[in-house]
Formats: sequence, structure tokens, C-alpha cells
Amino acid sequence: MNAPPTVLQVDNLSRRFGALHAVESVSFSLQRGQVLGWLGPNGAGKSTTLRMLAGVLAPDAGRIVINGADLFDQPRPARQALGYLPEPPPLYRELRVEEQLWFSARLHGLSRTASRRAVADTLARCGLEAVQRRLIGHLSRGYQQRVGIAQTLLHDPPLLLLDEPTTGLDPLQVAELHQLIRELGRDHGVIFSTHRLADVRAVCTHVQIMRDGRLVYAGALAELERGDLTTALRVGFETSPPLTALAALPGVIAVEPLGRGRFRLRHAAGANLARMLVEQAVAAGWGLCELIPEGADLEQRCIELLLGTEEAS
Amino acid sequence: MISIIAAREWRVLFASPLAWGVLAMAQGGLAWIFVTLVADFQALQGQLAGLDSAPGVTDLVVAPLFQAAAWVLLLLTPLLTMRLFSEERRAHTFELLLSAPVSASAIVLGKYLGVLAFLLLAIALVAAMPLTLALGTTLDQGKLLAGLLGLCLLIAAIAAAGLYLSLLTRQPALAAVATFGLLLLLWLADIAGARSDLAGRLLGYLAPLRHYEALLRGLFDSADVAYYLLFITLFLGLAVRRLDDLRLRD
Repeated sequence: MNAPPTVLQVDNLSRRFGALHAVESVSFSLQRGQVLGWLGPNGAGKSTTLRMLAGVLAPDAGRIVINGADLFDQPRPARQALGYLPEPPPLYRELRVEEQLWFSARLHGLSRTASRRAVADTLARCGLEAVQRRLIGHLSRGYQQRVGIAQTLLHDPPLLLLDEPTTGLDPLQVAELHQLIRELGRDHGVIFSTHRLADVRAVCTHVQIMRDGRLVYAGALAELERGDLTTALRVGFETSPPLTALAALPGVIAVEPLGRGRFRLRHAAGANLARMLVEQAVAAGWGLCELIPEGADLEQRCIELLLGTEEAS
Repeated sequence: MISIIAAREWRVLFASPLAWGVLAMAQGGLAWIFVTLVADFQALQGQLAGLDSAPGVTDLVVAPLFQAAAWVLLLLTPLLTMRLFSEERRAHTFELLLSAPVSASAIVLGKYLGVLAFLLLAIALVAAMPLTLALGTTLDQGKLLAGLLGLCLLIAAIAAAGLYLSLLTRQPALAAVATFGLLLLLWLADIAGARSDLAGRLLGYLAPLRHYEALLRGLFDSADVAYYLLFITLFLGLAVRRLDDLRLRD
């Protein structure tokens, strides 16, 4: 089987605003069928990078190739191949939903017939049929966001850039959006930026974490979850055992006393600590009364990366 | 591509009360002036009949009406052009145009033609008033057409300048103020043009109103038309450059 086609190739992208290095030598690529979740605190450079990828902001240095076309040498085919949803969504409040979509479809070079079909299909796909005649200014934030997403899908671009698409949506809408992105992810390349780890866990195949304009992590979601993570067990005993006895258990890296006979045992992933602990507790009569695995902690891992306690991989 | 952008512009203009207000004000004010001019002409008619080569209805009604129309529309045009780009930037809708596979010149031309079509509609409504005179008398068609052409060119020129200025700021009101400022400057140039020295003649040549007055008198000089076309090209060209720059910087 052939490798899936690359829809986006980014080399050494940099951008400064005065003395501030908003984005510094960011390089990565994206294939069709990948959903790339982009995490980072506010001001990390996510939106700036997305703006550059969308051709709205020129980089100081670097190269962007979208679907085989260089964004600067062949802007038209490159722009044609991308759908960009900035935050807030670019919608004309005075237009009706169907008018907005029609304008956007025509703007992306679709013929009248193709536009009519694309608008009808997209309205159905994004659940907008009920509001198609409403003025965008009168729609709720969630519906506006949906119109914004619908707008990026009209010309069926292989690359979708979504800047914080879950902002302002209620949990049900977020779940619907996740479903939509998962569907799109099958035959598109999707990048979306978010603050919420839950978004990434729900839909992404790949993760990138950005801090201070640099990529500090890039890889498959599964790798990040597995990684070289430490995991932890929370245990409680009726008779508090000596710390040294717990620390001596094979695989234990650190013991944190939590008071009243409770401890958190950090251990290397994969070590089957629980069984050993139970056997030991029975043999020594510690009276084990609580055993809670704290699991591979994606949140913890991300925070570590964001705080810079680990070097970029 | 250009027509799609122009059509949206046109659609949005009519979705806002501002455009309707502008049309109503122009039409109402000028209708009042038109009626006054016709009444004056009727009062004068007896005296004019005795003169050789007396000024006709075209000189006494149509030319002053177009003169007034130029002033009214010059004051209203900045209110229409101010939102062309600054509103898009303020409402964050500009990204849609910027990320679309459309060239900067198509965006500028589309927006320009959209607002120009609206202004031409306003002019057509104004011009319809003196045309009703043709029911009862004969009009000097050459003078009428020259005046109409002059009015269209004058407004088209100011609209081009207003479009460029609206690219420079995110605030529509600021764009309007800048356009009014430019109008004031051009008006001052017109006043200075009354002097007969070289500087006066030069400034007078730069003033759009001078070229309009020649056309109003029925003097069709291709230099005057070329002046307006150059004026329009200059500002649209500046706008395209500025837009390319925005795509790069901002």
C-alpha cells in the first residue's frame, strides 16, 4: 500500500513581531487521514502559525507546501486546497446562512451548479438546514461556529485548519463537532488548535505541543500516552508501613506520604506493582484498604512539556 | 471572482439602513433643489424670451442641479466607502477573503465595483429628475450627457480614494474622517487654483472639481476624462499594493 499523500509540509517557519519571536523554526508535515491536535497555552504561537499556513500572514522565513503547491509560488492552487476557520469565524452578520455559504463557495472558484450542490450538501452535513434562512447575526454562538466549519468544507479541501473550533460550544455541540472531525479525518488532513486536552483525546491521531513559539512535542497520540511515562498508585493502609519498605518494592520510583496511612507510589509504566504490593501487604499485615491506580497521565505529561520540565523530544 | 465580491458588497449595502438613508437624503435634498430651480426658471422665462442666445433650461436647471448633486454626493460617498475594508477587519471577516484563492486586485476591484454600482444608482435617480423635463421641453442632450459623465467620474474618483483610505484603518469612522480630510484638501486646491501664477494653475489642475466644472459647461475634453481615470487608477493601485502588504504583514 502506498503511503498516504502529504497534504502539508512546513519547513523552518519563523515569524517575529518586533522583538518577540512568535514562531521559531517550526517544521512538520501532515498526511491525509491524520488529525493533528495542537496544544499550547495562550500566546504560544498556535494562531500565528495557523494564520501563516492559511496565507493570511506572511512568515519571515520558511516554506509552506500545501497539497504539493508552494503557498508563495503557486498561491492559487495552494489556497484552493485549504479550508481555514479562524477564531472568531469570519461570517457576515448581515447575510443569511445560505447566502454566506454561497458567497464562500463561489469565492473558492466553484461554478453555480457546483456551489448549489455544495451548499445543500454542507447544510445537511453540518445540521444547518433548520437555520439556512436565518441571519447569521441572529444565530447563537454554537450555530455560528457550525456555519464557520461548514464554510471551510464547501470546496472540499484536502487540508483543514481549525483554530480553536470548540470555543463557545456546549458539551453536546462539542461531542457533535468531535464526531464531524473524526469523519473528516478519514480522508482529509486536519489541524486543530485547542486548550482542551479532552478535544485531543477524543479525535486526534497526532499531537503537537507548542510553547513560546517552538514545537516542544510532536508525535502520535498513542506514543504520547504510552511514552516513557511514570504512572502512580494511590494506596491506603490500616497500619502504616515504614516508607523504606514501600520504597524497596521493585519498580517504585518515589513514595509520597499523603497522611493517615495513605501514600502515592510513583512507578515506571509497565511494572506490575499492584500485585506485588498486595502480596507484600498481606504477608506483612499492613491492612491494605485502598488501591487506586492513577494511570498514564496525559494531562500530567502535557503540563510537564508545557512547563519545560523536560526537553523537547 | 470580481462580480461575486461586488455582488456581496451590493447585497450588504442594501441590508444596512445606512445605504437607504443615503439614497433618501440625496434624493430628498436634490428634489427640493430641483423644484426650486424649475420655479426660478419659470419666473425668469418672460425676461429670457427677449434675449438673443439666452441660456436654456439645461444651463439654468440641469447644470446647477448637477453642481448641487456633486456636493451632496461628495459628502455622502465617504459614508459608503468607509466600511469597505475597515469593517471587514473589525468584524474579523477579512480572513475569509485573504485566505481565499483570489488575487488582491480582484478583491479591490470587486469591492470598488460593488460600491460604485450603488453610487451610480444614486446618480441615476438624481438624473431622472431633469429627464422628466424632456416631456415638456427640449434639453441640450450634449450638455446633459457631459454633465452626467462628469458627475459619475467625480464620484467614482472620490470612491476610489475612500476605498484606499478604508484599507488603512480598522475603524470605519476614522476612514470616513480621512476621506473628508482629503476632500477638504482637494477643495482647498480648487480655491488656490483661482490664482493665476504657476502654483495656482498646478493646484487647480489637481482639484477634481475644476475638471467637473468644464464638463458641466458642456466642454468635453479628453484630458479631463483622463484626469479622473488616472485618479481612480492611482488609488485603486495603491489599494492593491496595500492589500498585498496586509497579506504579508499586519
